[in-house]
Amino acid sequence: MLTEAFSEAFRLILSADADLFEILWLSVQVSLTALLVSIVLGLPIGTTLAIANFPGKNVCITVINSLMGMPPVVVGLLVYLALSRSGPFGVFGLLYTPSAMVIAQVLLITPIIAALTCQVMDDLHKEYRDLFFSLSIPLNKAVAAYLWDARYSLITAVLAGFGRAISEVGAVMIVGGNIDHLTRVMTTAIALETSRGELSVALGLGIVLLALALSVNGLVTTVRSRARYYGCA
Amino acid sequence: MRETRDSGKPNLQISVNNLCLDMLGSRVLDQIDLTIDQPGVTMILGPNGAGKSLLLKCIHGLLSPTQGSIGFNGLNGNPKQAMVFQKPVLLRRSVMDNMRFADQDRQTQSELEQALDSVQLLEKREHPATQLSGGEQQRLALARALLTKPDLLLLDEPTASLDPASVLIIEKLIQQATRQHIKSIFISHDIGQARRLSADVIFLNRGLVIEYSDAAPFFFAPHSNEAKAFLSGEIVL
Ligand SMILES: Nc1ncnc2c1ncn2[C@@H]1O[C@H](COP(=O)(O)OP(=O)(O)O)[C@@H](O)[C@H]1O
Ligand SMILES: [Mg+2]
Repeated sequence: MLTEAFSEAFRLILSADADLFEILWLSVQVSLTALLVSIVLGLPIGTTLAIANFPGKNVCITVINSLMGMPPVVVGLLVYLALSRSGPFGVFGLLYTPSAMVIAQVLLITPIIAALTCQVMDDLHKEYRDLFFSLSIPLNKAVAAYLWDARYSLITAVLAGFGRAISEVGAVMIVGGNIDHLTRVMTTAIALETSRGELSVALGLGIVLLALALSVNGLVTTVRSRARYYGCA
Repeated sequence: MRETRDSGKPNLQISVNNLCLDMLGSRVLDQIDLTIDQPGVTMILGPNGAGKSLLLKCIHGLLSPTQGSIGFNGLNGNPKQAMVFQKPVLLRRSVMDNMRFADQDRQTQSELEQALDSVQLLEKREHPATQLSGGEQQRLALARALLTKPDLLLLDEPTASLDPASVLIIEKLIQQATRQHIKSIFISHDIGQARRLSADVIFLNRGLVIEYSDAAPFFFAPHSNEAKAFLSGEIVL
């Protein structure tokens, strides 16, 4: 029975099954959008926390670091409350749409990107600060140098964020609702099909998800070895 | 104001006025009063923890003194300064890109290459700077500092634990810089090196200036017991 499920799973993948690819495509779209937004938010937040001096800086860093460990279901619940009809953002009617899933994933991965950015930039800042003062490097050039010299670590952070977004299930289930042809993504589909006993579909999606996760990891490894060459692993 | 003989260019004069520096509640530089007006290399000598690095950082502006001030005279405006740190700080980029980063006057490729050649790093211009040996890294740091065409060059034990070939290259460049009327303040723990390079010597111990004199009198007839002990290789505490 298991071998049957496996062969059926591979048939679905190889035949480019329309339903399967619709789900896959939506997953990638939602997570990539969330990733882009999180980069736009997380990079400046992390950089500012590392370089700027202001009262309450350490508190902010602690908060961001603890937000990294937020359980996805709790994030899902909070977004649900905010977006539900009676919630503060209810008027926008976003609950059970891909936008709601993007919002939940943004909340999940922005802290990851911001916290990792902050760590890398803080290390570089400590190392370069005196030199940049000595060379009278203006702030904008200094920040550009931090970003460029931290590029491999930043790419790793971004990939980690994407990995978390694409494989997360709790939050998107709550705010997306796993609606067929609308908000069904790989993780929620796997959960549903497994519970319905449709193992071949679940396996097919699982294999694709696994392949995706492995490629992200492979990319991280490649980036790391590149980074070691420039002494910034 | 003294003038250097051949150029008619006035000397840079550095005055340290009653400078005190406290760190973590203890006084690490104590009422330093100096007027440095010799051209060439001013050597700062003294045992570990004497306050040599901190004094250099105060002069450079990296640290603000708790009390007192630093003044520069003899040039129009403040001197352009460059510093070579004890542990070279290099960007995680190629050797050439490290030079380019510091270059503010858009020097030509051949000028940059010439600068690298002067520290024998031209062949390694595309290597990642952080992969160079310790001596090569410090040579790059010096070439980069000189690229900014400073009036005042500050060097914090630039040759500590380097290979002899690198030490020689660095010393030659410093002497060449002196000929180009660049004033240097140099921290060294190597008495032989101090004899080779210095025009005058500041001897520090425990945050105090114990002696400040021309090099010859310092090395041949130091006044203080601390300096005598230091020069004879005893451990000074
Ligand atoms: N950031 C710091 N905070 C507190 N004390 C410091 C700091 N930096 C240096 N010191 C102390 O100041 C004294 C002088 O340091 P330094 O100038 O580095 O000595 P050196 O003459 O060996 O270069 C030392 O006793 C050192 O422990
Ligand atoms: Mg020192």
